Amino acid sequence: MFDGYTSSELMSIFAMQGFAGLSLFSVFVLMALGLAIIFGQMGVINMAHGEFMILGAYTTYLTSGFFQSYLPSLFGGYFFVAMVLAFLICAALGAFVEWLMIRRLYHRPLDTLLATWGLSLIMQQAYRSIFGAREVGVDLPEWMMGAIQVTDLVELPINGLFVMIIALSIAVGVYFLMYRSGYGKKVRAVVQNRPMAEAVGINSAGIDRATFALGCGIAGVAGAAFTMIGSTGPSSGQAYIVDTFLVVVFGGAQSLIGTIVSAFGISQAQSTMEFFLSGSMAKVLTLLVVVGILMLRPEGLMALKVRR
Amino acid sequence: MDTTDQAANGRSFGKGLGLKKSLMTLAASVMLATSAQAAVPATAEVNTTGLAVTDDTVTVGILHSITGTMAISEIGSVQAEKLAIDQINASGGVLGRQIEFVQEDGASDWPTFAEKSRKLLRQDNVAAIFGAWTSASRKAVLPVIEQYNGMLYYPTFYEGLEQSPNVVYTGQEATQQILASIDWAAETKGAKSFYLLGSDYIWPRTSNKIARKHIEDKLGLKVSGEEYYPLGHTQFNSVINKIKLRKPDVIFASVVGGSNVAFYKQMKAAGIDFTDEKPLLLTISVTEDEIRGIGGENVDGIYASMKYFQSLDNPNNKEFVAAFKEAYGDDMVIGDVTQAAYLGPWLWKAAVEKAGSFDIDKIREEFAGIEFTKAPEGYVRIHENHHLWSKTRIGQAQPDGQYKVVYETEELMEPDPFPEGYQ
Amino acid sequence: MKSSSPLKWFATREGLYFVALAVLLVVLLPLALDPFRLNMVGKYLTYAFVAIGLVMCWGKAGILSLGQGVFFGLGGYCMAMFLKLEASTPEATAIQSTPGIPDFMDWNQLTELPWFWEPFHSFSFTLLAVIGVPVLLAFVIGFAMFTRRVGGVYFAIITQAIAAILTILIIGQQGYTGGVNGITDLQTLNGWDIRTDEARTILYFVCVGMLFLCLFVARLVQNRKLGRILVAMNAQENRVRFSGYDVAAFKIFVFCLAAAFAGVGGAMFTLIVGFMSPSFIGIVASIEMVIFCALGGRLSILGAVYGALLVNAAKSGFSESFPELWPFAMGALFIGVVLAFPNGLAGLYQTYVMPLEDKIFKRNKGAQLEAKPAEKAAEPKPTAEKTPDYDPMIDSYSPEKS
Repeated sequence: MFDGYTSSELMSIFAMQGFAGLSLFSVFVLMALGLAIIFGQMGVINMAHGEFMILGAYTTYLTSGFFQSYLPSLFGGYFFVAMVLAFLICAALGAFVEWLMIRRLYHRPLDTLLATWGLSLIMQQAYRSIFGAREVGVDLPEWMMGAIQVTDLVELPINGLFVMIIALSIAVGVYFLMYRSGYGKKVRAVVQNRPMAEAVGINSAGIDRATFALGCGIAGVAGAAFTMIGSTGPSSGQAYIVDTFLVVVFGGAQSLIGTIVSAFGISQAQSTMEFFLSGSMAKVLTLLVVVGILMLRPEGLMALKVRR
Repeated sequence: MDTTDQAANGRSFGKGLGLKKSLMTLAASVMLATSAQAAVPATAEVNTTGLAVTDDTVTVGILHSITGTMAISEIGSVQAEKLAIDQINASGGVLGRQIEFVQEDGASDWPTFAEKSRKLLRQDNVAAIFGAWTSASRKAVLPVIEQYNGMLYYPTFYEGLEQSPNVVYTGQEATQQILASIDWAAETKGAKSFYLLGSDYIWPRTSNKIARKHIEDKLGLKVSGEEYYPLGHTQFNSVINKIKLRKPDVIFASVVGGSNVAFYKQMKAAGIDFTDEKPLLLTISVTEDEIRGIGGENVDGIYASMKYFQSLDNPNNKEFVAAFKEAYGDDMVIGDVTQAAYLGPWLWKAAVEKAGSFDIDKIREEFAGIEFTKAPEGYVRIHENHHLWSKTRIGQAQPDGQYKVVYETEELMEPDPFPEGYQ
Repeated sequence: MKSSSPLKWFATREGLYFVALAVLLVVLLPLALDPFRLNMVGKYLTYAFVAIGLVMCWGKAGILSLGQGVFFGLGGYCMAMFLKLEASTPEATAIQSTPGIPDFMDWNQLTELPWFWEPFHSFSFTLLAVIGVPVLLAFVIGFAMFTRRVGGVYFAIITQAIAAILTILIIGQQGYTGGVNGITDLQTLNGWDIRTDEARTILYFVCVGMLFLCLFVARLVQNRKLGRILVAMNAQENRVRFSGYDVAAFKIFVFCLAAAFAGVGGAMFTLIVGFMSPSFIGIVASIEMVIFCALGGRLSILGAVYGALLVNAAKSGFSESFPELWPFAMGALFIGVVLAFPNGLAGLYQTYVMPLEDKIFKRNKGAQLEAKPAEKAAEPKPTAEKTPDYDPMIDSYSPEKS
């Protein structure tokens, strides 16, 4: 299939394709990090994860509208404000949801799945009632739109780079929070042995709420970032759910590093196959390979050695 | 009862030719309607099959999704059909009878569509059904409509390969939309190679099949790629790279739904400016409705091949757009399907009046050659295969979300749902 | 519960619950509803098959599958393939370029029937496949997962991914499957027109009959030692394993059983609705099936039937009159069931209605109990001396499981 292309053309295409894989990777990381915290660290299956992302996207949409109307001069920087707002709003809602229902369900992980699915239905319909059934277009500041011309053929989309930077910073932030801070120690203590953690004076209920809120907040930021590359509509969130869960499970649920590795593996596999096959088949094959590997190695790529 | 008897007195209203011609202007038909009031034919005469027709009303059904994922697309069709019914009623109704409608919700669920169509035909005995939107919903109601001998007026442009005696297809079938636009790209824009890209389901696949045959066999040009993504897919970077590598002159796109937003945004971010036309993007799936979700600035410069654009410059359309906006608000946009849905009630009225009866079998006899001169798209005529003769137009998307019409076929395109040599 | 005579069983409390459901489905609903509504009830009942399977597999054994739609769909597709071949006689498809194959294949340039369609010319093979294909897939999945001790949440997510894969595959391979439109325009079953009112009414009764068959099979399983091992496995998997039982084998068995029920439901669905399409396979459809079971009571096979009926009836009713409110109601239902009454309607019945019943029962022991409300039912709570092998307390929901 490479007949008739010069080697420089091929080189550029491979560079571009590598970049495509990387931007898919950062999308997966953004989607999965919030879930990895909630699911991996707390064992809660949050089926409304996609809806929290869309809440972040709608927050971005409203913020951009606000800046356009009232602060047009600062429009170029609205995105940063939107991300912070998306984080805060989603985290607040997450804390509320945790208080309302999740805290009653910690010992019944399968039931959190049903309850949060119900929550996702309610959130979707709420978006539909408030914002209308139609997808909304989020305006981006000019500087985010174009592409950086590297060579004649190689052009790197600025928004793709931007998503990558966000993904990277959040991943680093989460790593420090989870593995290098007192809070992270407490979280891990609660995960590993709740009664023991409580016995040494850790407020496990508070830790739970903060962790759930953190996961939801990260989902919000992810949603904000996705307005640059995807659609924002009441049911857009559902499209992410299967991919997101697979990334987390494939990585080994309790390992954040595993999540990153699995996001990398799946994204590279998918984007490589997309290049050689049709998009649909690439998707099916990727999912099949992941499910196949999970059947052989159910604990995921990077599992903690725990006897279950 | 009295009025029926009076009206039945010797009046042969059947042909109704005078009425049809006077449809040329709305005002004239209103006048005629008032004069026709005295000449309402007897119910027993115009309805021999037990349809819901009384001395002064006739009931039809509207069957679209108003809930679920398809509601967003189908709402425009419902609005257009109701508008047409209101206008027909204001001008005197059909055979002197006011149209009443029963609206049912298909709820984006195909069995529900089948159930509701059964209800409309069995319980409500409707004289016509305006509805269905996706191919899947049409396929679900089709056996029911055929079983109970109803008549469905289906508004969406679709893949063809179907010709039911119980359906009138008011949208374009695939060849009408595709052939003219590819010829246009080859002749006017000098395109030599095409990249076919679509969502993965029957309509894009059939459309691309026809497109490929036409490009390769009829024009002797090149298809440099053909590709499908699952419905709802949001990552198009790989295909964008392939397009950059193969450098086609035209991207022929039939991506639908939420994927559209992602696709056009990522194309733009990858540095492809559609106004440069390198490559030129020709779509058959993005109407003005869709642009609202994608954002006008993201599709600036793409070309679409449809039979109708809101910006069409003719008196019929101006009247239609004004009436639509008056009824539903100034911020309404009208896409191809919405206009096709608007044709449904008018074509039904014309056929009923030509047949002089609401009976499905009698109407069916009269379909071939029925014309509607007040159509917003200009002029349409029913082909004997129950599709419409219509013109195909190419529009270029503007940043404000409207299309500027750049080309229009001189002749009406003949509908050909089973195209020889394209299968 | 091991009654000496089957007739006596009908006089027990459990027997009466079955009788009440039978009266409702066989007598009351057909009398009260016109053929159109009755057909809709028939459609709801096809989901009850899935719900019964979920009771066995999720409620009893603790295996939550979010991919039951896959098995439902496979059963439905098997039946649809048979009906489609019957409708695609060379005479009926004479206008096609290849007469005698289904219309959608002709449009996709297939010139001969794919090999895996061939056996579906045979009705007996089809009946076998309706159960066999879902069971085979369930066995493969179950074998791969349960022998490696994958369970709980992981299993749920993987089954969900399988639902996603199958949906994309069916939509993408439209030449072989009919794509997103599904397999439509099914007309006759062995020459018998399934589209007439009489046929639909008969199919409704066939569906009710099959449902009771499944109920009895499920009851048989749950009241045997087998059923008690399943429940025990759910509560303390390791203890069961250390007692020498092969936990994986039991799990595979119950998962296959649930798949078989779902397959039968899917086949009935195809017959009653008249077509099959990928939208009944996907993630959303599969999760909705779980709520039928959860609302009815995850431990009660009869509750599952009522759950499927009620949720679907509410869905039709609500979405006809308040389309905007339906998703809110459905969402609230999910949350409410999980938080407030995890044992569903059956649990409520057990807590509130049964004590009342007990009084009547004791007073009229042995007398007729026709006056019993038919609206709700639940698992029997047999008196201890009668059935030492069945302890309802084991069945009550235990949150202590790991």
